[in-house]
Amino acid sequence: MSIDWKQYDSGGFFDELISSPGNARAPARKLANYLASLEDEELEKRRLMAEATIQEMGVSFTVYTEEGNIDRAWPFDLIPRTISRKQWDKTAAGLKQRLRALNMFINDLYHDQNVINDGIIPRHLIENSANFRPECVGVSPPHGVWAHICGTDLVRDSDGEFYVLEDNLRVPSGVSYMLENRAITKRVLPELFENDNIMPIDDYPARLFDTLAALSPRKVKQPEIVVLTPGIFNSAYFEHAFLAQQMGAELVEGSDLVVNEDDLVFMRTIDGLTRVDVIYRRIDDLFLDPEVFQKDSVLGVPGLMRAWKSGNVALANAPGAGVADDKVIYAYVPQLIKYYLDEEPLLPNVKTYLCENDKDREYVLANLDQLVVKPANESGGYGMLVGPHSTKKDQAKFAELIKGNPRNYIAQPTLALSTAPTLVDNNKLEPRHLDLRPFILQGKDTYVTTGGLTRVAMKKGSLVVNSSQGGGSKDTWIVDTEAK
Amino acid sequence: MMLSRVAERIYWAARYLERVENTARLVSVYDNLLFDLPRSVNIGWFNLVIINSGSELFFERYRVQDERNVVKFTLADDTNPSSMLSSLTMLRENIRTARDVLPSEAWELVNELLLFARNNIQQGINRNGRHAFLNGIIEGCQGINGLLLGTVSRDATWHFLRLGCNLERADMTTRLLDAGAAVLQLSDDNDTTNLSQIVWGNVLRSGSAYMAYRRTMRTTVNGSDVAHFLLSDEEFPRSVGYCLDQVRSATAKLPCAGKPYPAIKPQLPKYDIRDSDSLNADFRDYLNDQQLMLAETHNHISSNWFAND
Repeated sequence: MSIDWKQYDSGGFFDELISSPGNARAPARKLANYLASLEDEELEKRRLMAEATIQEMGVSFTVYTEEGNIDRAWPFDLIPRTISRKQWDKTAAGLKQRLRALNMFINDLYHDQNVINDGIIPRHLIENSANFRPECVGVSPPHGVWAHICGTDLVRDSDGEFYVLEDNLRVPSGVSYMLENRAITKRVLPELFENDNIMPIDDYPARLFDTLAALSPRKVKQPEIVVLTPGIFNSAYFEHAFLAQQMGAELVEGSDLVVNEDDLVFMRTIDGLTRVDVIYRRIDDLFLDPEVFQKDSVLGVPGLMRAWKSGNVALANAPGAGVADDKVIYAYVPQLIKYYLDEEPLLPNVKTYLCENDKDREYVLANLDQLVVKPANESGGYGMLVGPHSTKKDQAKFAELIKGNPRNYIAQPTLALSTAPTLVDNNKLEPRHLDLRPFILQGKDTYVTTGGLTRVAMKKGSLVVNSSQGGGSKDTWIVDTEAK
Repeated sequence: MMLSRVAERIYWAARYLERVENTARLVSVYDNLLFDLPRSVNIGWFNLVIINSGSELFFERYRVQDERNVVKFTLADDTNPSSMLSSLTMLRENIRTARDVLPSEAWELVNELLLFARNNIQQGINRNGRHAFLNGIIEGCQGINGLLLGTVSRDATWHFLRLGCNLERADMTTRLLDAGAAVLQLSDDNDTTNLSQIVWGNVLRSGSAYMAYRRTMRTTVNGSDVAHFLLSDEEFPRSVGYCLDQVRSATAKLPCAGKPYPAIKPQLPKYDIRDSDSLNADFRDYLNDQQLMLAETHNHISSNWFAND
């Protein structure tokens, strides 16, 4: 027995690989034929090989539970997800455009606030934003860029178009898993890379390094770049270590750094104190500096904000950048693109209802069983209501939450998220819903990863792709079908 | 340029790596030794626990001092911080937090080794699979050591690896000698020549020193020559003298707050070994002093490079 694509049916959802039973889309054609040529035992062998590879590579993430932190093997699905290069190039242009506008917006908010004065964004939205940092007003980071690393979540609806679901501008994670997924696939399905034109993705660490190096306040040949991690118990510690290693940067914890009375940042080394130029911080704003934010934070570095404001050290992302990944601000991004760039948005938003608007709120409250409701400032898929999968009790709870704090909630139609064939029990392929998180860099230049991290909801019918809640992942192939 | 915290983790990674290998080696040699000893010699598995200074902890966990309990305690017990499995776990933790300076293959190899150890630990406890299991562990350690030897730049990373490895090695060698002296001291057998051969032969084997001893000393196996060789041979990489020399040269190459720092010179106390009779209780005290001196050296290294202020 082997895979029979005629038996595979995505049930009306847009499928990434298969257009109709038995027919693969152009970028997936070679992959589908190859998979169909594998006997069941061979497929099982590859699946086990992938599992072993993940354990040997030590690819893991931490799950916080009541019994303590568990280091779990990274959930990976063997079957890659394919996208044509042509479609990707268009999408990548849209992502760059979006981040350029968002950075101009953040910079404007912390300076003249023209966007408010011109009536594009209501003032109270910013004043009530949990992520607007008055401490950052008037600061001018290099190139006017605040969000240097952005992870944008894209979904494909039933029409086959990519939509932006959210922008993650604080400390987006996942890029190391994108790179590791490719490394695993290359080991487990090497034959495919010989015959297919799969575009490489492994230049990300070098691009990240260049982006960070260009932020250095000292114009030296080798600026000192560090990755600041909250430590080994953080769920993304694996990624912090991975990126530091790939970039040849130091992986530091707060206690390794010290700020002196001249507002310069140093790290404690075996040579004594060494000056630090650029900090890629993977700690939330509020833990960065106990002198300014949370006083009891032991993760951060006292004086770090002084040093940053004096221009003696670069922080990526800059503190305060999160003001633009508020899900209410999200609804305004298409207008921001027009306002700052005088361009039409290349990537559409998902239709969004702002609960603080009376008309929108009425509609949301009347249709809770059909909408997805999200708090404005949560990540990781927490605190959400997925209407069609919810109980009356859940809906009543959210109705109260929304009425209590309308500014903090948005709602979107439940999307018919696209699917892709995913290995389930007994090596059968079944459709599972997925999304895509590409990573965008902006410093002196802009850059988008070739593809991104595909996250899969491993449970049948589920729309929740977060790894902390049982999601898995796939290697993502941008395939050049026109290459000779 | 190296973070103090990272230096400390590399140093400990090397110590634990060495400890894992030595523990596996020690159990393996004991397996052989106990088959060869005459029945009249009243030496048992429990000596393994004594060598590793683990008696107190052992009695908190077990009553019977039999082979199964001793081997379990020494290899597998995760409440024993110096068990092989505990050391292996600590090795992984230290490599995990120093991954950014060590070759990425080191991380993969240590994961493989820990998986192998966890999945097959029962083989190590049962006698029939023990040899193969311990060999697997030793080979795994040697694989990691080989990788480091072949890929790590000879900068601070390398020097801290050397410091950790050699201090741990020197410590183990003094313990092996102590184990030998203890067996002979405690034995009530009259045929001491034969027993002495067996015991010192196995001490050499536990340090992988048998061949080197024969070729260097060109004499039969006897206590005083074995002690001389393992304490002060200048070429054998597991002799205490050689290890301390490595410690000296590694520290000489490390910076200290930008200023050159005088190399740490561990001072060997003097003890005169004339013949086998010299390997008595005083000798054992002498070995104990050596272990104290090694601990002192560790403190010195720690305050020079790891102190975090």
